[in-house]
Amino acid sequence: MKYKEKLIENFFKFCASITIFTTIGIIAVLLFESISFFRDVSIFEFLTDTQWTPLFSEKHFGILALVSGTFLTAAIAIAVALPIGLTIAIYLNMYAPKSFRKTLKPFLEILAAIPTVVYGFFALTIVTPFLQTIYPDLETFNSLSAGIVMGIMIIPFISSLSEDALYAVPKSLKLAAFGMGSTRFQTAFKVMVPAASSGIIVSVILAISRAIGETMIVAIAAGQQPQLTLNPTVPVQTITSFIVQVSSGDAPQGSVEYKTIFAAGLTLFLFTFTLNSVSFWIKKKYQEKYE
Amino acid sequence: MAKETAITMIKIKEKKIDSKKVEDGASKDGAKIAIKDVKVWYDDFMAIKGIDMTIKPNTVTAFIGPSGCGKSTFLRLFNRMNDYVEGFKMEGKIKLNGTNIYKDKINVEELRKEVGMVFQKPNPFPKSIFENVAYGLKIQGIKDKKILNERVEKALRQADLWTEVKDDLKKSALALSGGQQQRLCIARTLAVEPSILLMDEPTSALDPISTAKIEDLIFELKEKYTIVIVTHNMQQASRISDYTAFFYIGELIEFDKTKTIFTNPEKQQTENYITGRFG
Amino acid sequence: MNNFQKNKLIDHSFKILGMLFTFLGILILAILIYNIVKVGYTRINWTFLTSLPSRKPENAGIYTAIIGTLDLMLLTVLFAIPVGVGAGIYLEEYAKKSKLSSLLEINISNLAGVPSIIYGLLGLGVFVRFFNFGGSILSGSLTLSLLILPIIIVATREAIKAVPHSLKEASFALGASKWQTIKNVVLPSSFGGILTGIILSLSRAIGETAPLIVVGAMAYVPFVPQSIFDTFSVLPMQIFNWTTRPQQGFAIAAAGAIIVLLLITFVMNGIAVYFRNRWQKKLQ
Repeated sequence: MKYKEKLIENFFKFCASITIFTTIGIIAVLLFESISFFRDVSIFEFLTDTQWTPLFSEKHFGILALVSGTFLTAAIAIAVALPIGLTIAIYLNMYAPKSFRKTLKPFLEILAAIPTVVYGFFALTIVTPFLQTIYPDLETFNSLSAGIVMGIMIIPFISSLSEDALYAVPKSLKLAAFGMGSTRFQTAFKVMVPAASSGIIVSVILAISRAIGETMIVAIAAGQQPQLTLNPTVPVQTITSFIVQVSSGDAPQGSVEYKTIFAAGLTLFLFTFTLNSVSFWIKKKYQEKYE
Repeated sequence: MAKETAITMIKIKEKKIDSKKVEDGASKDGAKIAIKDVKVWYDDFMAIKGIDMTIKPNTVTAFIGPSGCGKSTFLRLFNRMNDYVEGFKMEGKIKLNGTNIYKDKINVEELRKEVGMVFQKPNPFPKSIFENVAYGLKIQGIKDKKILNERVEKALRQADLWTEVKDDLKKSALALSGGQQQRLCIARTLAVEPSILLMDEPTSALDPISTAKIEDLIFELKEKYTIVIVTHNMQQASRISDYTAFFYIGELIEFDKTKTIFTNPEKQQTENYITGRFG
Repeated sequence: MNNFQKNKLIDHSFKILGMLFTFLGILILAILIYNIVKVGYTRINWTFLTSLPSRKPENAGIYTAIIGTLDLMLLTVLFAIPVGVGAGIYLEEYAKKSKLSSLLEINISNLAGVPSIIYGLLGLGVFVRFFNFGGSILSGSLTLSLLILPIIIVATREAIKAVPHSLKEASFALGASKWQTIKNVVLPSSFGGILTGIILSLSRAIGETAPLIVVGAMAYVPFVPQSIFDTFSVLPMQIFNWTTRPQQGFAIAAAGAIIVLLLITFVMNGIAVYFRNRWQKKLQ
């Protein structure tokens, strides 16, 4: 009896510890191959070179070219998603009737459930041609279209998480503001948003992290040309789409091309890990404040 | 095994599950609880500050006192329900018929089959009426349909619920009224055939009619069980209990025959409380 | 215009803006679906569903992709559900507030934020190379299992948290052990919530492309996999592959495959929402 109980508990413990092994596995794999990569390529070159051409005969390994593409597309996505997502969150929380809110939210959340490969197709075959009718110089592959579509995908992240944060603000605060004759707009921006700011910041950080790690949209619609540029109308390559490009080809194990995807992956992991940790830290601090 | 002997010592009687005994109505006796210098902490907070007490078999003992006085905590020591509370720490001895229930070797699950508990709010499982009452038996591994049926019926009769539910045993327990649910919870506890029945404000969530029914039930049950009941309701304590213990901020102020407590208390604090001057 | 009127006007304008943005989201969803259906509906027929991929777009079908998706999901379910639910039970019922549990908690929240392509690199390093499973269904499903584990764990924990404490107490008080209480009271009461989480996590797994590309799922698999060690393709891989081809015929095929993928995703999400609502009602 006691023995069986202990056995079951240990099984569950083992299940839980798989998550630890996963993290260890990720770090080990990335480090192992990256260390091997940095035997061939100096870290200095990796961090300072402005060209990324590991698949050409004249190889350059400047990760900046990929990082710039990554941040350019992510910045466009956030520029789209933040104002729209936050406005929706405030609207649903402060203005919309309850029944409205209940029916609209699931619809918005469908946006987050659509597979990203579908968004990639949408960006390439529908959004880009549409944008080209406005701005004919836009190239077929560009960061603008990929960024906008990524932003659309991220809207429900920001709107949902921010709305939760607004919802968690004590009702008394809202009523106090109304009681002093504030309009809903004033209440929203002078009382609610500041009170929910940490939750909103967390939602934005998570959205950025999501955008940086997003793969299929940029792999399909943003192109495969690593370049250090802020021009949204030309093709770029992100860290993720580079990994896809190499994986789709046939890089033999042990070759430099093969190892680059782990070095690139390690870079990406460091970015998202930092962002996630910051958001976790803010969340913990903010929870304590309200408890 | 040492563990086994400890268990058998608690047991008043061998619990052989044969149907004949069930038909006989297998009369049982309540157990004696002896509490010696018991102290309880939740982290740094001292909730029980050293209590001695002896609860006689086949009596009803009521615990009264203002909220937060420790009476519920104290009650929950007897079936070790506090073990799950974060930061719980305990000193002293609680003996059931001579066996210290806080000894390392005690099997808590076995203990709880001896010491049943009814809670403040009716908490039936979201299962059928039958499954609720049979729960304690099934987890003991009793699978025989006939025995289960008999024990369920017996428990429901003891809890004075049989006539009301005998045709709807398959119905969800959640469909019952609050008073019926609480009697179902009592039946569920009785089905396991404990010797002690702990009741933590069992009528505080019920209407007066349901309360009266449960009070009658307690009166009947004390023939076979030792009953300890926590109550906020002074009239209830005076109506149903043989002994009353008055608690105040973790201390046992007074413990005596109920009649004495309510007519001629020794301590001024007790008098103040039962006359409603504070609480 | 006085101050009061000005405030009123701003307030009202913002309301309209909010409404516009909310409907914009839904409008975009409608545009997306409309355009894809417009392009792809011609391909939606039995032949498309039962044909092997082909070099000629008009002959190409999604049979191998559908079978690959099914196989992959089946194995993923097999790995991810017991481990995810088990881990959730451990965190909620056994390891409350210990050092280990707070470490696990931080770790899981971090894993949930790791980009899916990184899981692909993990799968490549561990399953494909180290265990030498190759670019097989087994490698793919193990990788996806790890990817959706955090979702299942979080959903399981939420569902278990919602089980009233009084029910657990009642079970303990009747002499039930921890596992008996979990099996007979906690899991039946949290089943709806856990199921919702599982379905949502699978709907996520079905649409994943990036980690499978890295693990080595092939876009062109002209045969149906026979064992878990065979290479495979899945619907999103097939879509990706067709999308990157220049011929218009493949874009149409891709749109057709997208219709199928979206249908699966929406149905799964619908079922999940249905279970969640039913469970929440039951809980009250």
